[in-house]
Amino acid sequence: MSDGPTFVGDTPTRTAPVADIRGLRVGYRTPRGPLWAVDGIDLQIAPGESVGLVGESGCGKSSLGRGLVQLLPPGAGVRGSVELDGEELVGASASALRRKRGDDIALVFQEPMTRLDPLMKVSSHFIETIRAHRPGVSKDEAHHMARTALAQMGIPPTRVDDYPHEFSGGMRQRIMIALAIVLQPKLIVADEPTTALDVIVESQILDILDRLRRDESVGLVLITHNLGIVAETCDRVAVMYAGRIVEVGPVEEIFRDPKHPYTRGLLASTISLETTELHTIEGYPPDLIDPPPGCRFNPRCPDRMPHCTQIDPVLTPVAATGAHQAGFAPGAHQAGFAPGAHQAACLLYPGADGSRPAESAERAEGDSL
Amino acid sequence: MTEPSPISGTGTAATTRTPLIEVRDLATHFPVRGSLFGRGSSAAVRAVDGVSFDVYPGEVFGLVGESGSGKTTLGRSLLKLVEPTGGSVRYKGRDLVPLSERDMRPLRRELAFVFQDPNASLNPAMTIGQGVGHPLRIHGLVSSRSEARTAVAEMLERVGLHPGESFLDKYPEDVSGGQKQRLVIARALITRPTFVVADEPVAALDMSVRAKVLELMLELKRELDLTYVFITHDLATARFLCDRIGILYLGRFAEWGDTERLFDDPQHPYTRALLDAIPLPDPDRRGRDKSLPRGEIPDALQPPLGCRFHPRCPVAFADCGWEGRDLVDALEERWTDVDEDTFERELGMVGNLGDAVVGDDVVRFPSAAPSELAAWLRAEGERLPTSVFSAVEDVETGSDGVTVRFRPGPEPDEQQVAGRRVACHLHGVTVRPDGTHVGDPAAAASAEAPGSQR
Amino acid sequence: MPSQLRVRLEHAARPFRQASRTAKVLVAVGLLITLVFTLAAFVGPEFHEYDGIQYRVEQEDGSYEQLPRLAPPSSEHLLGTTRDRYDVFARILDGGRLALAVVLFSTLIAMLIGVPLGLLSGYRGGKLDRALVTVMDALYVFPPLLLAIIVAFLLQAYLAQGVPSAAAAVGVVYIPQYFRVVRNHTLSVKQEPYVEAARSLGAKQHTIISRYVAFNVIQSVPVIFTLNAADAVLTLASLGFLGLGVQPPTPEWGYDISQAVIDITSGVWWTALWPGLAIVTLVTALTLVGEGLNDVINPLLRARGMSGAKLDDDAVSTAGGAARDGEGTLAPTADGDHGDDAPGGGP
Repeated sequence: MSDGPTFVGDTPTRTAPVADIRGLRVGYRTPRGPLWAVDGIDLQIAPGESVGLVGESGCGKSSLGRGLVQLLPPGAGVRGSVELDGEELVGASASALRRKRGDDIALVFQEPMTRLDPLMKVSSHFIETIRAHRPGVSKDEAHHMARTALAQMGIPPTRVDDYPHEFSGGMRQRIMIALAIVLQPKLIVADEPTTALDVIVESQILDILDRLRRDESVGLVLITHNLGIVAETCDRVAVMYAGRIVEVGPVEEIFRDPKHPYTRGLLASTISLETTELHTIEGYPPDLIDPPPGCRFNPRCPDRMPHCTQIDPVLTPVAATGAHQAGFAPGAHQAGFAPGAHQAACLLYPGADGSRPAESAERAEGDSL
Repeated sequence: MTEPSPISGTGTAATTRTPLIEVRDLATHFPVRGSLFGRGSSAAVRAVDGVSFDVYPGEVFGLVGESGSGKTTLGRSLLKLVEPTGGSVRYKGRDLVPLSERDMRPLRRELAFVFQDPNASLNPAMTIGQGVGHPLRIHGLVSSRSEARTAVAEMLERVGLHPGESFLDKYPEDVSGGQKQRLVIARALITRPTFVVADEPVAALDMSVRAKVLELMLELKRELDLTYVFITHDLATARFLCDRIGILYLGRFAEWGDTERLFDDPQHPYTRALLDAIPLPDPDRRGRDKSLPRGEIPDALQPPLGCRFHPRCPVAFADCGWEGRDLVDALEERWTDVDEDTFERELGMVGNLGDAVVGDDVVRFPSAAPSELAAWLRAEGERLPTSVFSAVEDVETGSDGVTVRFRPGPEPDEQQVAGRRVACHLHGVTVRPDGTHVGDPAAAASAEAPGSQR
Repeated sequence: MPSQLRVRLEHAARPFRQASRTAKVLVAVGLLITLVFTLAAFVGPEFHEYDGIQYRVEQEDGSYEQLPRLAPPSSEHLLGTTRDRYDVFARILDGGRLALAVVLFSTLIAMLIGVPLGLLSGYRGGKLDRALVTVMDALYVFPPLLLAIIVAFLLQAYLAQGVPSAAAAVGVVYIPQYFRVVRNHTLSVKQEPYVEAARSLGAKQHTIISRYVAFNVIQSVPVIFTLNAADAVLTLASLGFLGLGVQPPTPEWGYDISQAVIDITSGVWWTALWPGLAIVTLVTALTLVGEGLNDVINPLLRARGMSGAKLDDDAVSTAGGAARDGEGTLAPTADGDHGDDAPGGGP
């Protein structure tokens, strides 16, 4: 059972989500036309919750992670809304974003050296970050905070003043995480934080992330292609395919009883120690510049039905063991404001063929880049 | 030259098949120029440091390890893509190690290597037809261009690219990652080799695609009568695919043998750690007890003394080869756990860690208060994070500080345990240079009896 | 086989189709201007009345009428005449022919020496490499004009002052550039897995160097070629200005400018302006081509064969190709290779 916050049986009034994503689209210009890597995402993250974003190459999870913190390359277009603690990030000024980053929302990337300055001592990184967001703190105090944060990550105090290159890959990633949590942000976005690490070191880092999960004050968005990692560290998981979320819900439910055919295929094709037979998903991910009509997974779907090419399914609650259509707050945006419930975007389930009025209007005006 | 005696690692006394590949004491050291001091006579990165095993026709032998374990170098050393510095690799009885590059070339028809990164293993300047067909021309297996094209088209069909002909005039950049990996396989197998070394062939592919390529490799193994050495860091794939596997750590086997026995009942703490560490796609098993080793794989330039795994091993004990470095690490680890004042006090006693002089079996702390430090060490030593103190022979005070002396621990030999071979002091017996035994002397006596070392 | 050739050409043309608009415009404009110059230089003299070294016109009765001295531009002499009674326009055309010929030969010389040496040096390494690098670095460090002058001087003993010696003098200056760029590119290509793959197939070393390394390194050459060409025009003009180029009174832009310097004080502007403009325009045209080619070829060098395209602007223009990438590819994970989602999954 998850130790994180649960939504089962919640009353309509509840704490506001720390991150509220609505209709998010992230696109890039290409010679053949706009490529919408993220194409209409609704997701809420409760305070202290760990949400895994899982998918394979080309599903858009990395773009979503970057879209969340508005760290996209120039020329990329963002539509929709990302509210962090009530404040809108899309279209916010550079200075406002800078303020939020580090303080309210922290980032951990796959390669720590992109954030660690090789010319600066590790402690200086901390001091700089701390004093940038908390000007009143003295250097000594900041140094002390650094030492504490690093010690929690297993970095001995004798090494606090070393340079990044003097640490191994795993230790650098710990430093990154320490840097991310030192200001006690509300949300951490980690994009493939362990992909570049060996399995034992990865396990050590996952332990740390699991600890964070149980600490209910820090929310975590963990982006990865590895289902095992999600199972070990997250409360909820959102499965992405072709720029959309196709299934979302509590981790136990998704793994025990996956509802979307893609999720089933993904789980089946994961090779684990118990695998006795190999499974794959037929076909290839779609071209995002010209996606297939209707459900984007339909060309590859073993359960495809005739009308799957005509209707683009939306997330709809699916019956799960115990939890059932939890938490619909009256008047809230329907597609997604039941954050805790298990939902799947598949025409196998009633309600998935609901129209998406708000989105089609946005799409009309926002389609050009 | 005497024929090496086969070691199957499974404990069966007589093996009916002759091995296709026999590796004995293979070593690949990369010399390091410059002032870095190392252990022994010369400084070198000992990527592969004494590996012996046999590979039988038709089997899949897995080489499993993390990065830095030397598995990639070992794979390349087997086919002499990297020159080994010692030992032998016999292919059908013939040692490849002393052969010149010119002598190796005709043999490369029978020895194939499948590379890891599909995006970078194909020549971008050659069409698929030219690239995949190149080995045919190199070894004179075709006499005309059209013959080559036909052969390539056929091979492409075999690896699942239909219709084969349509790919001939395309370039690698025109196809997807999974398709590129099939091309790499096609190129490797088009000369009908006997022995294939595959270096992480599916690591760069998505999960849903991996299975297809693995299936393809198994199919081709059956069809073309191949023998594989499969290099990977993913134990799950290794378990599925391999008949026997070897777990590499810092250039040597920690454990190797029959896959099922190894996974069902791992005997080496490192193997156990690898198995525990794999994230399982099963939330119910979350928070399970994992005996995770501390730290990371160390530098192959200065491998730990004695058993290479001892600084990280959760069950290391006195004979595992503790040394000066380990005491420094233990102190640092302790200091992550204590409060600031304790840390300051202890650091004051120990002195600047950066100034500590670390040797093989000694470490000297330039302490300002030597007697105080010595007393503290003797009192607290046993409670330090690792069991480093169990190997301490002596704590001396001197004018220049405190010198801690360690009892040397030997490197464990491979022992036959529970149907596989393990290099760990927890099992079997190793004899120290001074004649004393690590482990049970009675077992040592019986182990030395002829015929029992299989 | 013609179809093979077609495939090759189509492959070579690909970068152009995927290039950004700016790049294509640069290349097109630059090429156009260069083409105009080339046509004018080689075909123009057929139509132009006067010769570059002509200072008089033969009359019907056999006598000669001298061309006017320092005549301003008119319908008779479009760009005016010089102090020596030469028609400026004719000299511009002839000078253009000379410039293009010298530039072509000099860059060819530099390429034919620099590229193979760079390949060999980069692939082989060792003592050969170290020796060559030292020599090339020494040459490279030399002020280019000074080097050209020295070589021109030295060659005067063996060659008459003409196109070959000028080409050689100018060419030597650029050998180090080809060498360096090709050597560096070779060093990086050498590390690529496909080169090691070639070894694993049993390919001989010369095959590896030519089909696996050279074919991939050659992409960097056209850019240097055009930028060198631009520079060569200037070097040649500078040599000419100093009187060390071709033998006067052979029309040469730089030489003409040196002769025209005096005229300026007396208010004669046309003898200096036109040669000057000619130099500037040709150099600019060649530079445009070079920069454009750079934009076209180099984004591809970044994306191709790399494990994991970072989300940068250039990845956008190739994302069209990337989106086609069917079976997903992750960046390799083991043995220290990092990367974001690979080209198959960048966005």
